[in-house]
Amino acid sequence: MTTIARPVGTPLSRRPDDPVVGTPLPHESAVLHVTGQALYTDDLVGRTSNVLHAHPVQAPHAHATITGLDVAAAYDVPGVVRVLTDADVPGTNDAGVKHDEPLFPTEVMYHGHAICWVLGESLEAARQGAAAVRATYAELPALLTVEEAIAAASFQGARPTLARGDSAAGMGRAARVFEGVTSFAGQEHFYLETHCSLALVDENGQVFVQSSTQHPTETQEIVAHVLSVPSHAVTVQCLRMGGGFGGKEMQPHGLAAVAALGATLTGRPVRVRLTRAQDMTMTGKRHGFHAAWTAGFDADGLFTALEATLTSDGGWSLDLSEPVLSRAMCHVDNAYWIPDITVHGRIARTHKTSQTAFRGFGGPQGMLVIEDIIGRCAPALGIDPAELRRRNFYAEGQATPYGQPVRHPGRLLAAWEQVAGTSSLAARRAEIDRWNGRERHRKRGIAITPVKFGISFNLTAFNQAGALVHVYKDGSVLVTHGGTEMGQGLHTKMLQVAATALRVPLERVRLAPTRTDKVPNTSATAASASADLNGGAVKDACEQILGRLEPIRDQLRDPSWEELVAAAYRERVQLWAAGFYKTEGLSWDAAAMSGHPFKYFAYGAAVSEVEVDGFTGAYTTRRVDIVHDVGDSLSPLVDLGQIEGGFVQGAGWLTLEDLRWDVSDGPGRGRLTTQAASTYKLPSFSELPEQFHVALLDEAHEDGVVYGSKAVGEPPLMLALSVREALRDACAAFGPAGHSVELASPATPEAVYWALCAARAAGRAS
Amino acid sequence: MTESVSESVATSGPPRVPVTVGVNGVSVSRQVEPRSVLVDFLREDLGLTGTKVSCELQVCGVCTVLVDGRPVSACTFLTADADGADVTTVEGLSDGQTLHPLQESFVDHFALQCGFCTPGFLMMSKALLDGDEVPDREAIVEHLEGNICRCTGYEPIVEAVEHVAEKLRGGPHG
Repeated sequence: MTTIARPVGTPLSRRPDDPVVGTPLPHESAVLHVTGQALYTDDLVGRTSNVLHAHPVQAPHAHATITGLDVAAAYDVPGVVRVLTDADVPGTNDAGVKHDEPLFPTEVMYHGHAICWVLGESLEAARQGAAAVRATYAELPALLTVEEAIAAASFQGARPTLARGDSAAGMGRAARVFEGVTSFAGQEHFYLETHCSLALVDENGQVFVQSSTQHPTETQEIVAHVLSVPSHAVTVQCLRMGGGFGGKEMQPHGLAAVAALGATLTGRPVRVRLTRAQDMTMTGKRHGFHAAWTAGFDADGLFTALEATLTSDGGWSLDLSEPVLSRAMCHVDNAYWIPDITVHGRIARTHKTSQTAFRGFGGPQGMLVIEDIIGRCAPALGIDPAELRRRNFYAEGQATPYGQPVRHPGRLLAAWEQVAGTSSLAARRAEIDRWNGRERHRKRGIAITPVKFGISFNLTAFNQAGALVHVYKDGSVLVTHGGTEMGQGLHTKMLQVAATALRVPLERVRLAPTRTDKVPNTSATAASASADLNGGAVKDACEQILGRLEPIRDQLRDPSWEELVAAAYRERVQLWAAGFYKTEGLSWDAAAMSGHPFKYFAYGAAVSEVEVDGFTGAYTTRRVDIVHDVGDSLSPLVDLGQIEGGFVQGAGWLTLEDLRWDVSDGPGRGRLTTQAASTYKLPSFSELPEQFHVALLDEAHEDGVVYGSKAVGEPPLMLALSVREALRDACAAFGPAGHSVELASPATPEAVYWALCAARAAGRAS
Repeated sequence: MTESVSESVATSGPPRVPVTVGVNGVSVSRQVEPRSVLVDFLREDLGLTGTKVSCELQVCGVCTVLVDGRPVSACTFLTADADGADVTTVEGLSDGQTLHPLQESFVDHFALQCGFCTPGFLMMSKALLDGDEVPDREAIVEHLEGNICRCTGYEPIVEAVEHVAEKLRGGPHG
């Protein structure tokens, strides 16, 4: 595990003796989870009286004008109480922050778009009521793929350019120049708990929304603007989520607003819980991208220049597409020094769900582009891809294309060399080559890939957090902070931070649910940064309290915590504090795409080995080795879980999970055809690597972060690029030396089969 | 609340059928719609919300409960088909005082993150461990193949179940 070699750090990062942070602890709610006592939003419905259930009317066209909406028949269905339409909205008919997401639309923008909602005494009554609503449509042409959108010049939002140096001159210096297109698919979050909100109104008109949301503050703001009330009239609480992965950062807002609107109009609690099919057809997913690129290399295989145009598939509205695109552009370099570079970005508007945040938030997409370029160019350059990657690593003193110096590049190299060593990469490479020489119909592949991921929200303003710490007279401690728990272990870490900062046993600290009336103006629990931000705020609050206790401690002789607190109360010392934290040293010019947007980089490296069947393209992952940088871990079991789970989710995106829309010209055009777990393949036990070794990088203290730790939520997902590159390597083994493998993403067995067929064909042609 | 909801639906629905189900050792008699599925019966009629709903078509294993010891997907299992049977849910795993060894092992091995799949994994694992043979790793992986976890990457779940199996076998951890 993590060790600290010497006294290091800053007041923020330094740990006291015997800290509670760094202890391997179970998840703070683990006992509630295994006994079935842990409550999720929908579990509250049966604990609330008189609840109405909501069901949407979903449009059956990808793009259409609504020419008529007759809801009268819904009221004939027994149990239907109310139909919500745009006429009911007292405030702004908008579910987003970009004012392009009407809650009740007049124009259908994607297949399955909810045009109105029916409230019933039971879900069944609401469903039947929704089926009775008569809507008429005038169909309009629909754009479904990025390529169609590019051809039609259908774009939305900003079109930024990230540039350094003179990429044309860089191409001029190149010994070899390659051009290509890299297209890849998005990903469904498939959090196991679908979206859910439960809203009620109290005796004084206060709206209380319990929501499965990663962003309670923004849910509160959207509810407030739909209802036309100030934010203080809306309280949002999130007990916990059954997974979020970015899919509950912006997508819950409109659903919470429907519940709140219904509760306001009927005076009864309203439950909006999406069925799985509704969730998959109505809510946004990871952006697929189209990237056209030109890459120049010198005679040694070093990048001289890169020119690329990244076009993301934004779906019907902007929501988080602009920051996702920014992060993609800021990660197209991944770990590599590219002296002259020009990257253009644009967001396609297509008639699909509004694509949104998903773990990595554009970072995986940017990295996939550069790793695809390297994977495809290495054979033509005659350089082993591992060596080509290593050769292009950032060195100390170099900066990213957006101008931020790359701090601690040596840690990436350390992770790389450690995992190359522990995985016996060189020996296995040779053994695999021998094995492939013997085997005609099966081939193995191995690859090592790096991750360098910037931590902080790109937008500087979001890098702030608050916490509220109460010490009660008996010495017990209650902590509230702005972050939400979706399984990632944030609450576990915050308990450890509070116990460490106050120097009390963990048992003395309890965590309260995330609520907007306890900690206001919070940022989304996102960008991996929530432990950094909220941890800083919790620590600040605890230290304020400790500071006030010091004079009392001086008056007493070695008091116990309880004696100290009791004495302080008698001395009229304030025993609670609001903590605040903002990340220092950040700047970002979104127009110029330059600045210092990230506090630091999280690093990692992974080696993956696969075996591919030449008849079917079916493959297994034989072994995965990871070394990942979490700084000095706040909670080692939490971090290992994030690394393993993130890797598997990334491998799902890159190899299994295949979102398909009906792109035919038939009546189902625009319909998501993979709208269930039966047709959308998720990683399961059968894809578990046969061997899976994960280690944390040693001597990784991060002195800019609470107790020397680093963020962990997103970066490990991108380690799964090693699986994709290993599959490319195995496919190449079916062809002649020097063959460049083009591999679709996701690299499903079918895609792998076509790639190895192309390799074989190249062998026959040569 | 539940009763009033049911009554309003009953006005338009088909006639109800009587069922008597042993739920976690307690006999429960109710009138249910013929199409009532077991997970709704447990969650809505009985308030046993430990059993979760996720894919809704018997693919993800989240809603797994035991019916006469056999694991079923409660999202598609008809309540009427449980008439006369014994149903065990996650709430019935522990005696209320001490955790079941599987529960303890899931906690200790960090075999959960968001926790939403956990009840299903526990019940599926219990069905395996209640069988005649103590399973090895391969058997565990095969048995749990139909359960989806979106958070952990599965490795700690296998380890948690293996640990209990080894104890049953009197193995290294036993």
